[in-house]
Amino acid sequence: MTDFSANSPAMPVVDALQVLVGLCGEGWSVVTNQGSARIWPALSRRPGDFHYNPSTMGGAIPLALGLALAQPRRNVLAVTGDGSLLMSLGSLVTVAGSGGTNLTVVVLDNRLYEVTGGQRTAATGVAVDYAALAQAAGFASVANFGELAAWQRDAARFLREPGPKLVRLAVLPAPRELLRSSTPPLAEQLADLQQALRA
Amino acid sequence: MFTGPEIASTLIELGITHVVWIPDTTLGPWETALDSTPGLCLVRVCREGEAWPLAAGLHLGGKAPLVVMQTTGLFESGDALRNVLYDLKLPIYSLIGVRNGLVAGSRDTAKTFAEPILAAWGLDWVRIDSPADKPKLAEHVRRCRAEGKAGVALMAEGAP
Repeated sequence: MTDFSANSPAMPVVDALQVLVGLCGEGWSVVTNQGSARIWPALSRRPGDFHYNPSTMGGAIPLALGLALAQPRRNVLAVTGDGSLLMSLGSLVTVAGSGGTNLTVVVLDNRLYEVTGGQRTAATGVAVDYAALAQAAGFASVANFGELAAWQRDAARFLREPGPKLVRLAVLPAPRELLRSSTPPLAEQLADLQQALRA
Repeated sequence: MFTGPEIASTLIELGITHVVWIPDTTLGPWETALDSTPGLCLVRVCREGEAWPLAAGLHLGGKAPLVVMQTTGLFESGDALRNVLYDLKLPIYSLIGVRNGLVAGSRDTAKTFAEPILAAWGLDWVRIDSPADKPKLAEHVRRCRAEGKAGVALMAEGAP
């Protein structure tokens, strides 16, 4: 049973993302947004990825789904915060209904609007099980992790599960200096992405 | 205005690969044709704000999407549209049904706000108000494509 209490385990967000950086290499496109669009490029920069900033909140999953439908032989990873997902919970149904199986959604759950300074989301005090929501929406594989060691041990296996997949990672707030990192210029990213997808 | 088979064949002729939509009572009857025409893929979203970034992903992935919704959905999805068309600068084309557009004298704000909002957003649009205007859709899509910019076809609808 997953622990969603206020004292439930949570992992450092950089360490949580570093696991994915190591696993999602060749054959993957990674779409980040909000806080993760600032953290991921500090860890890794590849032409097939898209760090969606400025974004429309709730837009990362639909954009990643569009990429996945357009490129069915490519694995697409969408990294979203819980605040962004709450803006567009219906997108989970859109993903499942689309028939796309090559999309993996990672929800970084810290119960905060982090990039605006750490205000609480509407889910504060509510034990929202995003993995269960995704499963109910029709995702083929879902998982919850709060312990870094378990995530490091099981992430590769989870990424091999049938899609669409959603994993909720309970994470600690990001270091402030990382949230001030700049996202690579959009025009440069878009050109790199389109060139990588044509290759 | 357009029948389902008419719109499907027009879209195929234009090279459209995906229709990302939320239907209304006028657009809804196109569903069978859009869903069954080889070469066209119909993508159903839950909220209009999803349609723009989803179309953006399709475009970035090398496909040619068309966004289809009613004016009410256009209004609802304003920030998503702004982000995709202006921040990302992607030339996504959309076909928007104008609720009550065919009802003379209608003061439905879903009709009267449509063009002022498109003007405020700096978008290029064409009006399809009668069957004689139907060729304007393909002409406008081709012109926007040649100029590498987004465009909108406002298609007048009857009362819901």
